[in-house]
Amino acid sequence: MIAFFIKRLAQAIVVMFVISIISFSIQDNLGDPLREMVGQSVSEAERQQLRDELGLNDPFLVQYGRFVKNALQGDLGTSYFFKEPALDVILAKLPATLELVFGASLIIITLSVPLGVYSAINPQSWFSKTVMGFSIVGISIPVFLTAIGLIYFFSIELGWMPSYGRGETVMLPWGWETGLFTADGLAHLVLPSVSLASIMLPLFIRLIRAEMMEVLQSEYVKFAWAKGLHSRRIYFLHALKNTMLPVITVGGVQIGTMVAYTILTETVFQWPGMGFLFLEAINRVDTPLIVAYLIVVGAIFVITNTIVDLIYGLVNPTVNLAGKK
Amino acid sequence: MTDSNQTTPESFTPEADKAPTLWERFRDSHIWHSFKRDRIAQLSLTVFMGYVIMALFAPMIAPFDPYDPTQIDIMNSELPPSWDEDYGDPQFWLGTDAQGRDLWSTILYGTRISLTIGVCAVLLQATIGIIIGLIAGYRGGRVDSILMRCADVQLSFSTMMVAIVVLAVFQASFGTELYQDLAMLMLVLVIGIAEWPQYARTIRASVLAEKKKEYVDAARVMGLGQIRIMFRHILPNTLSPILVISTVQVANAIISEASLSFLGLGMPVSQPSLGSLISSGFEYIFSGTWWITVIPGVVLVCLVLVMNLMGDWLRDVLNPKLYKG
Amino acid sequence: MALLEVRNLEVSFGLRSGAVKALRNINFTLDRGERLGLVGESGAGKSVLGFSILNLIAKPGRITGGEILFEGQNLARMSARELRTIRGNRISMIFQDPMMTLNPVLTIGQQMVECLLAHRKISRENAKTIAIQKLKQVQIPSPETRIDQYPHELSGGMRQRVVIAIGLLMDPDIIIADEPTTALDVTIQAEIMELMVELCERNNVALILITHDLGVVSQVTQKAIVMYAGRVIEQGPTREIINDAQHPYTQGLMNALPQMAIPGQRLNQIRGSMPTLQKIPTGCAFNPRCDYVMDVCKHQLPGYTRSGNCQVACHMVAEMKRDEVSSEEV
Repeated sequence: MIAFFIKRLAQAIVVMFVISIISFSIQDNLGDPLREMVGQSVSEAERQQLRDELGLNDPFLVQYGRFVKNALQGDLGTSYFFKEPALDVILAKLPATLELVFGASLIIITLSVPLGVYSAINPQSWFSKTVMGFSIVGISIPVFLTAIGLIYFFSIELGWMPSYGRGETVMLPWGWETGLFTADGLAHLVLPSVSLASIMLPLFIRLIRAEMMEVLQSEYVKFAWAKGLHSRRIYFLHALKNTMLPVITVGGVQIGTMVAYTILTETVFQWPGMGFLFLEAINRVDTPLIVAYLIVVGAIFVITNTIVDLIYGLVNPTVNLAGKK
Repeated sequence: MTDSNQTTPESFTPEADKAPTLWERFRDSHIWHSFKRDRIAQLSLTVFMGYVIMALFAPMIAPFDPYDPTQIDIMNSELPPSWDEDYGDPQFWLGTDAQGRDLWSTILYGTRISLTIGVCAVLLQATIGIIIGLIAGYRGGRVDSILMRCADVQLSFSTMMVAIVVLAVFQASFGTELYQDLAMLMLVLVIGIAEWPQYARTIRASVLAEKKKEYVDAARVMGLGQIRIMFRHILPNTLSPILVISTVQVANAIISEASLSFLGLGMPVSQPSLGSLISSGFEYIFSGTWWITVIPGVVLVCLVLVMNLMGDWLRDVLNPKLYKG
Repeated sequence: MALLEVRNLEVSFGLRSGAVKALRNINFTLDRGERLGLVGESGAGKSVLGFSILNLIAKPGRITGGEILFEGQNLARMSARELRTIRGNRISMIFQDPMMTLNPVLTIGQQMVECLLAHRKISRENAKTIAIQKLKQVQIPSPETRIDQYPHELSGGMRQRVVIAIGLLMDPDIIIADEPTTALDVTIQAEIMELMVELCERNNVALILITHDLGVVSQVTQKAIVMYAGRVIEQGPTREIINDAQHPYTQGLMNALPQMAIPGQRLNQIRGSMPTLQKIPTGCAFNPRCDYVMDVCKHQLPGYTRSGNCQVACHMVAEMKRDEVSSEEV
């Protein structure tokens, strides 16, 4: 277990290192902090002096070291637009994005497994064919179009669902602003979650179906039939457990994709999350905010990948978490 | 139990000795037989060819040139499609967009741009991926493990995420004006570079499988150079996985391009792809001007759908060993 | 009544290009404790026959004719529920590759206990005790610890022992073993085969041994069936078939055995290869490869001729028998 964590930690450090270099280069190349601080009226000599004082003329490595040191202390600079620490601005929007991802994951997990398994077991039934038909249409519609479509039908035409924003939220004691505990907040969560799930769900249904069909052809499943086991046990224990192994791995990678897609859904629904904020930051060239977003997203990647690996190790006996050989 | 190339002695009749022409070989092939039976494949290919013709001959088909400001009259803006009895103008079959451009012409040009970007990006992906995959698979050892680690890292960052960050940073540092001129090139580069591991892994797997076969040994014994062996002997045998991946990848690239354009990071409104056209219409959808969003949306979804359907069909027919996970 | 009687069994595969007969006109009987060998090259249909006895052929294959009578009950027409009480319980199966047969994500114990619980109303603890006992029978050292291990922690030979233990778990009447040793190291092959035969003998279990190796068949079985392209071409007591093979194909298989080779000379392989099921030649399926091919072989499917205690499907043998009879008459 310790070996596993050390290995993961090393990987995490590498990933965060890459992200920090990228972030720093962005900060270094994008926008001039002086312009933000003093405006145009200051003379060139004064500017040079200020640059020296701020350490902007130091060698690259020194500047990068300072950046990392500050970053480790949670200081990623001050947002030009909000005039607040960039990290605080981002973290305040984190709950909104995470709740959106949570809603979408819930939809994906509860639907993809039963639908995928059913269509693998009964590939010829009309229901499976319908499911597969919908999934291929599903993966062909970009997330933002699904989002627009949902708004058009359910908000504008039918008026059943709110079309933008988070609705009523509640502040939890540890500073987490949640929309999960009010009816209004939940209603606002439905359409964005559905549209975020819309591209992943068909992908997972197809993946689970394909894997399951392959597993059902395997020798050990045939052997299980020859042992006279009940079909329920064969499908849901013997086959499903093996099906889920590759699905978990792919799922881990897809979480990253999902974070990227939140930018799209949040833009369409004006969902006040990190993605929406990030896009605004780009339009305003608010460099510290862009950097803070990249680092927070990088951290989310690392954490979720670790969790996924951990789950994979627990499900798959051939992976040895304890590190003994 | 299934087809194999085993020949029974009686097939060596004199007639069969004549080498069949390419056309005869194609006519007898599995792929053609399957195509003749599969309605969906026929329909998809027909629709796709329609799109290709639309894209290739857009300047000839389109009644207006959407890039020519002299042909645009702002007074014609937001006209509904011609079948609308109250406001429709027979001059503009599908209506006009917010700037008064004929929507049909703009869609034709947009399809051209979307397809071009998709195909070019995939050509780039394929080139990088195939070269890296061939090298990794053929050389093996340390070269292989380093290249595949790179592929893992590249894959762990989602394409959309990378593309958004890279394009955002470029847009911020170049300024919007210059960026708009370079948008097409940038999109091709970003989408092209981000997805090479797909190809590299599959090609590598095929190379490893082919390498074991005798004809590669034979070629080596005959003293053929390594590069010649790779390109003349191994590559042709990996064509079917390449074909399957490419079909789906072009569809994905078109979706990515549309999504990026929707976020304002892709093609500018003055030279719209299908994605940016949808994006430009999105502002007006709430006021009932649905056609600027919906019509290009349907065109986009149909294009991606037929490509995905063809990809599925090819995968079923050619059944190549694709890299999973 | 024989323990198992197969009558006119026919199995077809519904492929896109039309139905293909994988097994045609199979007839044989098996008595309690008897050992039967099914021999043929790969593609001859021996494995399909093995699976069809348990009505376990994967789609698109299915039994299209004939009967499989196990103690008088027709397995070909049984419901899924009834079949479950037979499979693994009265008739069990041992597969070719122990690396693939055991589920990689379940422990040995789980895979044994589930089988016991599926067929008997006993507690989990009792089931585990029985499982450990069976593992001891197949000579697995320290079964108490092995039972909680996963398949990947065991060697190939060990795994095949576990598979055999699962096969014996319910004290079945018949074990169908599909090439049980081909995937193993040569050194352990004999050991595993010996163990299996010994256990069958001790428990009076009938064995259907599917193999391409006539050598093993001659050592282990009392009866043998030689198959070619989905059809039985020769069947009878093993000793007769080995000592006096009648069908040119069986003779070819015998001559191809390494034991039969003269040192320094090439093995006598049968030329050509087994046709695929879609392209079975008309007449005798073996005619394109046969050294004694006659005109009639190309047009007419040979019927069965009795030769000693054997049945042979060959025009040439039939002709020879006719000649014998006529010469006696003269």
